[in-house]
Amino acid sequence: MTGAGGQSWRTQKRVFATIATGPILWLLLFFIIPLAVLWAYSFGRNVGLTEIEISGTFANYAKAIEPLYLQIFGKSIAVAGLTTFICLIVGFPVALAITFATPKWKPWLLLGIMLPFWTNLLIRTYALMAVLRTEGYANQSLGWLWQLSSNARVVLGLQPLDAFEPLHLLYNNFAVVLGLVYVHLPFMVLPLYAALDRLDRSLIEASLDLGAGHFRTLLTIVAPLAAPGIISGVVITFVPALGAYLTPDLLGGTDSQMIANVIERQFKRANDWPFGSALSFMLMYATFIMIAWQAQRERKLMRTGIGPDVGARA
Amino acid sequence: MTNSPPNRANSDTAAIKPIIQIRNVTKRFGQLAAVDDVSLDIMPGEFFVLLGPSGCGKTTLLRMIAGFELPTEGQILIDGQDMTGVPPNQRPVNMVFQSYAVFPHMNVRDNVAYGLKIARTPKKDIRDRVNEALALVKLDGLGDRMPDQLSGGQRQRVALARSLVMRPKVLLLDEPLSALDAKLRAAMQFELADLQEKVGITFVTVTHDQDEALSMASRIAVVNKGLIAQMATPSDLYEYPANRFVADFVGSVNLFEGRLIVDEPERAVVECPALGRVYINHGVTGPHEGTVHVALRPEKISLYRQGEAPPAPDAPVGHNLADGVIKGMSYLGDITVFQILMPSGQVMRVSRPNLSRFDQEDFTWEDRVSMRWHSSSPVVLLA
Repeated sequence: MTGAGGQSWRTQKRVFATIATGPILWLLLFFIIPLAVLWAYSFGRNVGLTEIEISGTFANYAKAIEPLYLQIFGKSIAVAGLTTFICLIVGFPVALAITFATPKWKPWLLLGIMLPFWTNLLIRTYALMAVLRTEGYANQSLGWLWQLSSNARVVLGLQPLDAFEPLHLLYNNFAVVLGLVYVHLPFMVLPLYAALDRLDRSLIEASLDLGAGHFRTLLTIVAPLAAPGIISGVVITFVPALGAYLTPDLLGGTDSQMIANVIERQFKRANDWPFGSALSFMLMYATFIMIAWQAQRERKLMRTGIGPDVGARA
Repeated sequence: MTNSPPNRANSDTAAIKPIIQIRNVTKRFGQLAAVDDVSLDIMPGEFFVLLGPSGCGKTTLLRMIAGFELPTEGQILIDGQDMTGVPPNQRPVNMVFQSYAVFPHMNVRDNVAYGLKIARTPKKDIRDRVNEALALVKLDGLGDRMPDQLSGGQRQRVALARSLVMRPKVLLLDEPLSALDAKLRAAMQFELADLQEKVGITFVTVTHDQDEALSMASRIAVVNKGLIAQMATPSDLYEYPANRFVADFVGSVNLFEGRLIVDEPERAVVECPALGRVYINHGVTGPHEGTVHVALRPEKISLYRQGEAPPAPDAPVGHNLADGVIKGMSYLGDITVFQILMPSGQVMRVSRPNLSRFDQEDFTWEDRVSMRWHSSSPVVLLA
């Protein structure tokens, strides 16, 4: 049915054209053309306050690979990489737990993962600030525990502790990574869950049956077979984390700005659209390389039989 | 023959100890008892088959032996050891899964070597034993293939080799042939039985296919609704079914309700309203007040043109004879199956071997026929 339907879609050219025209026009008007304009700007220079002359110069790109900006690129990649790594370490057990939860619990756990999506990113970030700031909930709780142990020492006849020094949890790199992990965790958990849920359970049972323990089974059977899910999780966590703007802006300190913050500054305060465009395209090329790498890996996995249709084949 | 008590085998065959003892095992999922107070012994070297319709609890029983399900009540002993609290990876049994569960990211050799590597077997031993196992299942030379380069039958052989290489005390097989096509299935039935004889390991197989069970098993337990309906050798099961469920599930059968009017040590007669008087050349033991059932296998009935049936040599006149009209015929090549409508309104299934090429032309639709059977053929069922 689907095969035949797909065929007739292709043969009914007019129907296809009618349906496709709207979205194509939309993409053209609001995505391709603005992007093309920015691309053109990246080869131009400012003349006066509002005018840009497209001269075909590579000066903007030359500036973009100056050590100052390369360092920020490097830092962004490091922060996004660390975020992705932590998401993977935290997200894998979560995805496993959801996969093996009872059918009654599964939808609620999935809802719990997706719930943050229903709240505005700005609100979520401010909520995190309320937790992390000097008089925030985290420091309050720690202060309370500190006081408690201090009192306990007095009861035991020991010296009381010094006054509690609130930790600096906000406006630094730690806060940025924490915020990015918090925001991007669902992007990691969902593809992992999709891959794990598709896994033929009897493969796990076969491994146990042959004498392997649970941890060994996880390493030698579950993780390799979930590789496609791990790769898509890594890519769709890393790519938006690399371009994160709001989180480093609100949670970060002076030294934790990421490439998106620099780009924003070029378009607004510095009023240097050509340079901003060049930086944007550098970021986009990096993203393209990531996605190409993912496609390459996935094709390779398909060839070795761990592709998405591994369950259907069994 | 049904539900033998756990210590029966010990007293009967004093020397040999059962390899698997299932003692009063019950498994409940919520309110439903998938396995209901089952006790049975499996002896070393047996090819034991659990046969039953889907959802009867046979797979649950197998998975409890493997350790993937835990009994709600009761005890399972393997080689005299209580398996309560022993996880699957520490039980001396291995399982061949219905989907084969061949690891798709490892080649054939690594699949077979998996269990040995975990057991930290020396490298040289692993190589030798893997080669030996691959030769045993006739996969030599395919060690470097990936599973997706194998056919379904070959994948199953990998699963078999992977389990056999562990030299388990018992090999468990969950519907081992259900995913194969008919020709391959028939060939594999013989091969599995052959393999079992060669390696001498006890096989416990689950199947819903009676042909499979009859052809491979040394002993069969028919499972119905979580209970064992009968446990017997294949031929006993077919020729002496203990109850209507077994008679109907194993092979095809004609069942008639009746009343025992004569029951002596050497003969019995059942009066069946729909069939007439059925004479049996042995007595019926057991309580038989009220209704009994007579089971007649289709292949044990001879067909004649009406009135041409010679009188039965071993039964009184008028017994073991019935008339009817052919209402349906299905030609199956080796046999032809007739549906014969009797005056009582009940239909009798009769199968007739096509001994010569023209046998199928002897009878046709709407022919009036007589049916006759030997007095040793009917089975009286009390349950």
